[in-house]
Amino acid sequence: MKRSLVVLGIVALLSACGSAVKLDNVPVEDKSANFGGNASSQGTGAADGSAVGKGAVASLDLTKSNQDAAIQSVTRVVYFDYDSFAIRPEFQSVIESHAKYIRSDKNRKVSIEGHTDERGGREYNLALGQKRAEAVRKALTLLGVADSQLEAVSFGKEKPAVMGSTEAAMEKNRRAEISYR
Amino acid sequence: MIKILSVIFLLVSHTVAWAQFRVEVSGVGLTQVPVAVAAFRGEDGATQKISAIVQADLERSGQFRGVDTSGSNLDESSRPDFSVWRQKNADALLAGSVTRLADGRFDVRMRLWDTVRGQDLGAQSKTVSQSDIRLAAHEFADYVYEKLTGDKGIFSTRISYVTKRGQSFNLWVADADGENPQSALASPEPIISPAWSPNGRQLAYVSFEARKPTIYVHEVATAKRRLVANFKGSNSAPAWSPDGRTLALTLSRDGGSQLNLLDLSVAGSEPRRIAQSNSIDTEPTFTADGRSIYFVSDRGGSPQIYRVSVAGGAPERVTFSGTYNISPALSPDGRWLAYISRISGAFKLHVMDLSSGSSVAITDTIADERPSFAPNSRMLIYATQQQGKEAMMISTLDGRIKARLAGQTGDIREPNWGPFQK
Repeated sequence: MKRSLVVLGIVALLSACGSAVKLDNVPVEDKSANFGGNASSQGTGAADGSAVGKGAVASLDLTKSNQDAAIQSVTRVVYFDYDSFAIRPEFQSVIESHAKYIRSDKNRKVSIEGHTDERGGREYNLALGQKRAEAVRKALTLLGVADSQLEAVSFGKEKPAVMGSTEAAMEKNRRAEISYR
Repeated sequence: MIKILSVIFLLVSHTVAWAQFRVEVSGVGLTQVPVAVAAFRGEDGATQKISAIVQADLERSGQFRGVDTSGSNLDESSRPDFSVWRQKNADALLAGSVTRLADGRFDVRMRLWDTVRGQDLGAQSKTVSQSDIRLAAHEFADYVYEKLTGDKGIFSTRISYVTKRGQSFNLWVADADGENPQSALASPEPIISPAWSPNGRQLAYVSFEARKPTIYVHEVATAKRRLVANFKGSNSAPAWSPDGRTLALTLSRDGGSQLNLLDLSVAGSEPRRIAQSNSIDTEPTFTADGRSIYFVSDRGGSPQIYRVSVAGGAPERVTFSGTYNISPALSPDGRWLAYISRISGAFKLHVMDLSSGSSVAITDTIADERPSFAPNSRMLIYATQQQGKEAMMISTLDGRIKARLAGQTGDIREPNWGPFQK
């Protein structure tokens, strides 16, 4: 008894909320002709622009802002061994995360900045830093990122992350940083 | 005694700092000409002691030794008692005067004597403003140097260098003795590789102000500059051709670090690749005839210095000793190659005789960087570290006489010696 009252209540609610357009009066768009490749039907559908306007939907993508937040917690720095520009296996997942993020927005512009420790000449170190930046760029393009979204540059030894000449400091300076512009 | 000059604003501002450097000369040369530089009559009345500047210039060249002249009372019209000076073992004597004129300018004069032969070697005189007295002294020193050695003096040339102080970087232009530095550029981002144009009026340099390395050509007198290289990737290592119309540079627009030539006379011209490789090619420097370029490449597995013809062709290797040779600099007379070689972890300045290929290490320090020749090919300037602080040194080519240009405005690096002023 209670249940049928609820059902009646819902039906009453639904009819009260109903639009002015009676359901059996809504013109049904015949989409079957589109699949059949019947050009004239498609043409007719398309020519009536008002049908498209009414159906327009603005998209709110919570997954994108979630992505923006998520990438903040992924490190942007890849470290390198002395005299090397080989990407160590432990950084592969970092690069994968950034590749995915960059691919998700074709308009995203990314700078990859290569650095060295303080040993050696400034211009030669600029070139070594460039190799590190390009190693990361190549790894990203291999994961499907468009080259046009990436610029590999070098700071050589000019912008150390950690001052000092200890091995610990120099380790932290041999790096490439992914920078979202 | 150290006076703070008022800051002078012309079209754009220069920053003038006074007495930044103390010159410390060390070492003993084989043949040093003993020269007596007497106090100039009236020089106490000017802000600069001409005789002190001249004597310091001559001693810093490593080719002269000062003789005591205290108690002398001479000027350019005195006829010296040669026997007195021969007894003091002087080979030459310089005397002169400084006279303040009614309009505030100074009349400066000198005469040089060969005391061994008792001969008048000539006189000079100039009328200069107070701010140009130092330059006049340097020009007198050039005159003495040329008369006594036969080579052109470099004392009135200029140097450029970079300082870092905290997170501030400055590109300085100073006299060859390190005095009178003026800031050409102040930046919160690094500046490297300053290179004087052959006419001495412009500096090319690499700036990181755009958060990537780009190359500017900067007119020193006006601070007007143009961005000549901002291609995709890094732009660095600018080097001028002897006619000043072309810049050799390192670009990574095609990937890696590759040598290119840029025609400066045509705005927006496309760079031309030279010496193509899959390796690092960088630090180009032209020979004095403009036909070849020396550069650094690790195409052989480690960085070495190569030479390539500008017209094209296979590069030839020049350095064969050691596993790390970089930063080539060529003497304008074509005889010498200076470079940095890493030996057991130490970075050491070497000078190679290009006719024989033999090299000598000329320093005791272990963090030497970026040598540059004086325009008379007789001296080198380079950066190094002493007691943990960066410093600039000048040295004779054999390393026997060195002088430290010790700065007080932060770490000093990247010196470049300017050309003879035209």
